[in-house]
Amino acid sequence: MVRRSMLDGSSRFVRCSALVTALLLALPLAARAQEVNLYTTREPGLIQPLLDAFTKSTGIKVNSIFVKDGLAERLTAEGDKSPADVLMTVDFGNLLDLTDKGLTQPIQSGVLQKAIPANLRGAKGEWFALSLRARVVYASKALALKSVAYEDLADPRWKGKVCIRSGQHPYNTALIAAYIAHHGEAAAETWLRGIKANLARPATGGDREVAKDIMGAVCDVGVGNSYYVGLMRSGAGGPEQLKWGQAIDVVLPAFRQGGTQVNLSGASVAKHAPHRAEAVRLLEYLVSDEAQKLYAEANYEYPVKPGAPIHPLIAALGPLKVDALPIADIVRHRAAASRLVDKVGFDR
Amino acid sequence: MSDGARRPRRRVSIDLQTLTISVLLLIVLVPFAFLVAAAAPGSPDLWTHLVRYVLPAAAFDTAVLLSGVGLLTIVIGTGLAWLVTAYNFPARRLLDGCLLLPLAVPTYIVAYAYLDILHPVGPAQEALRWVLGYEGPREWRLPDVRSMAGCVGVLGFVLYPYVYLPTRALFAMQSASLIETGRTLGLTRTQTFFRIALPLSRPAIAVGLSLALMEALNDIGAAEFMGVRTLTVSIYSTWVTRSDLPGAAQIALAMLTLVLALLLMERWARRHQRYANDAQHPRPIVPARLAGAAGAAASLVTAVPIAVGFGVPFAYLLHAAAARIGPNGVSPAIFAALQSTLLFASAATAVGVTAGLVIAYSVRRLSGRSAAAVVTLASIGYATPGTVVAIAILPTVAGFDRVLDGAVALLAGRGTGLLLLGSGMAVLYAYFVRFLAVAVGGAESALAKLPRSLDDAAATLGAPPRQRVWHVHLPLIRRAMAASAVLMFVDCMKELPATLLLRPIGVETLATLLYGEAARGTYEDGAIAALLIVSVGLAPVLVLSRLTDSRP
Repeated sequence: MVRRSMLDGSSRFVRCSALVTALLLALPLAARAQEVNLYTTREPGLIQPLLDAFTKSTGIKVNSIFVKDGLAERLTAEGDKSPADVLMTVDFGNLLDLTDKGLTQPIQSGVLQKAIPANLRGAKGEWFALSLRARVVYASKALALKSVAYEDLADPRWKGKVCIRSGQHPYNTALIAAYIAHHGEAAAETWLRGIKANLARPATGGDREVAKDIMGAVCDVGVGNSYYVGLMRSGAGGPEQLKWGQAIDVVLPAFRQGGTQVNLSGASVAKHAPHRAEAVRLLEYLVSDEAQKLYAEANYEYPVKPGAPIHPLIAALGPLKVDALPIADIVRHRAAASRLVDKVGFDR
Repeated sequence: MSDGARRPRRRVSIDLQTLTISVLLLIVLVPFAFLVAAAAPGSPDLWTHLVRYVLPAAAFDTAVLLSGVGLLTIVIGTGLAWLVTAYNFPARRLLDGCLLLPLAVPTYIVAYAYLDILHPVGPAQEALRWVLGYEGPREWRLPDVRSMAGCVGVLGFVLYPYVYLPTRALFAMQSASLIETGRTLGLTRTQTFFRIALPLSRPAIAVGLSLALMEALNDIGAAEFMGVRTLTVSIYSTWVTRSDLPGAAQIALAMLTLVLALLLMERWARRHQRYANDAQHPRPIVPARLAGAAGAAASLVTAVPIAVGFGVPFAYLLHAAAARIGPNGVSPAIFAALQSTLLFASAATAVGVTAGLVIAYSVRRLSGRSAAAVVTLASIGYATPGTVVAIAILPTVAGFDRVLDGAVALLAGRGTGLLLLGSGMAVLYAYFVRFLAVAVGGAESALAKLPRSLDDAAATLGAPPRQRVWHVHLPLIRRAMAASAVLMFVDCMKELPATLLLRPIGVETLATLLYGEAARGTYEDGAIAALLIVSVGLAPVLVLSRLTDSRP
């Protein structure tokens, strides 16, 4: 009796494992029609409307995978067998990293060169910016804050009133790196210590929590990305977030001798792209008037193409005066910025 | 098989066992060799920087976190295990089963839920302000939950079942005669707990506690939400923010060495504690009846951790998901994700539990010291953060894939492409390495409870080793094996960082889907995926509570 049931059990197990193995092996044998593979550190849901429109107008299917951290590691490991065609990131540090590590290839395209200003693409066409986002200040309506400089965030009058996400987050290391590029490392350290002393709560969470915390009277001012304002105020994130968005004033800050710090989302063609032609077509589509408009509408970002329309919710924040520092200068200070965050114990 | 064939085969089967265990260990350890290789290039000035600015604080915070979580899980886990074993009170059976429910909820989900519920503009404080007659959060609000205390609380109330489960099983097994001896010597029930039951259950507490602490140590989600910078978070920011993989690999290896040393020390400290039962059934403790107010109080005390670790977050998810499903329906992507989650988790569990049994069984014949070494090495993945396992597995599978592709292309003219990465096998591999400890631990402790006299008796009766496994051991440890299968399944299902990095293009699990939604900030959409993770985890956890219902 015991023997029989054990044997049944083991053969059932063998059959199950065989089935599972067969199913798993069948996964990659999906259709190999005209397609392009997208590795993205941006959540694909955000750009799905764009990708759908691309497929509709070209017939090229887009397979995407959201790889948050470790995009470079995965590409390196996959080497020349990598199925990746287009690499998309939401931070210029990450974008330039891919090129530095030799994971991208130069693309010569008149369409891309014409649409994207020269300072927003790699000199040899190794990377291209697709949209911009500004690092802005969210403030309590009670303050009636009209203008603010990044330098002011360290002002002791904000003691216990400032909210910001982790200093180690790429959005913040980019801002700190820009500060270093403007004022030098020593001044940046003093500034960071000042903000640290002003924090109302640990530097954690996301940018939207800053708005929520201002609504909850945890803090009065904070730092967040511009497009979150659009996401919240449009109601796209649900009724709760709509209330957070309405609870804050948004000010476009500037460096004292400069403009507003912007980061970018961008893309490259992978070094070993098996569908290179389709990859270039996707990039060219993403800077078309239609796609740039969709970018602004779906993501509330600033289009990279001069003259493309900005979403009214974002345009309402006022005219954007982009800080003139070259991107390469900022990226160079990124590691130093991250070390400073550790040094002043910003996240503790 | 015939009698004649059996004798000569026996030798081979023993060698085969050594071979199998070596191969299994190799499979587990190869990724860590790649991790060492990744650490080798060195990272200029990293350690000076770390020692000066990062490690003292991160190590201190980690120590505080682990002490807090350890204390909380022991108090809740053993306290309730004793309450449920030694006393009878209203709804005791139901509550006993429900005490395992927090196992079904990933810590990051619980952390997020409490962050939202307890926020100054969340429902809890709004209700309080309404009761107290305050207008808004500017007039009155509670201290922020984002703190070390908040993190300890969340992790402690979610992880206590790891301690409760083995301790409860051990209490149930403890012979009543020991307890009664204590009672006749004039000890009260409480004294019996502290002087007899608790010391006797040290091995079970140690096993459960080490699992809970490793979970806490490797947690990134809850710690990040609560703003606690542990060592694991430091590894993460070294890798991601500074693009310093060698540096991150070095910190990871240093931490791993420390954890392995602690694990070995823990085993060493328990080296004389064998708690195999007599083959006869021990008489279980007869629970004392608590009536009236005492009984109600006992039910209430038992219900609190269930409510905090499971009930409240689950209700929160139900509410959030309902708000979403109503107007928008459920996207088909969720069903696809559910399917791949079940597929990955069950396949990894099947392989893992089999391997765990093989390892535990082989270890039974080894000396104490080498057995400890084998089990500790096999458990190395559990002591490692998921992100680190992922970055160690990546070059392993990609390297294998590329060699295979080259070889096949040479022979057949057309390569295989990235077989393991492209097929999802890489994810299975990661689950296997990461959670093998659960299966090995389960099988080992189950086998340890079988007295060796059983083997001898079977051998005397002429049963060859293989028959002993199938006919004597397996039937006896079936329940314990099923229990560890359930634990491993639930762990695989909740796994995020390795799945995120290693899954094939176009494939999502519930956890990656939820993470995507969270990254996008559409938490309400994520609520449906989160609810599914918890619901799918519920069924096995309920099975588990039946399986471990060891009252005769």
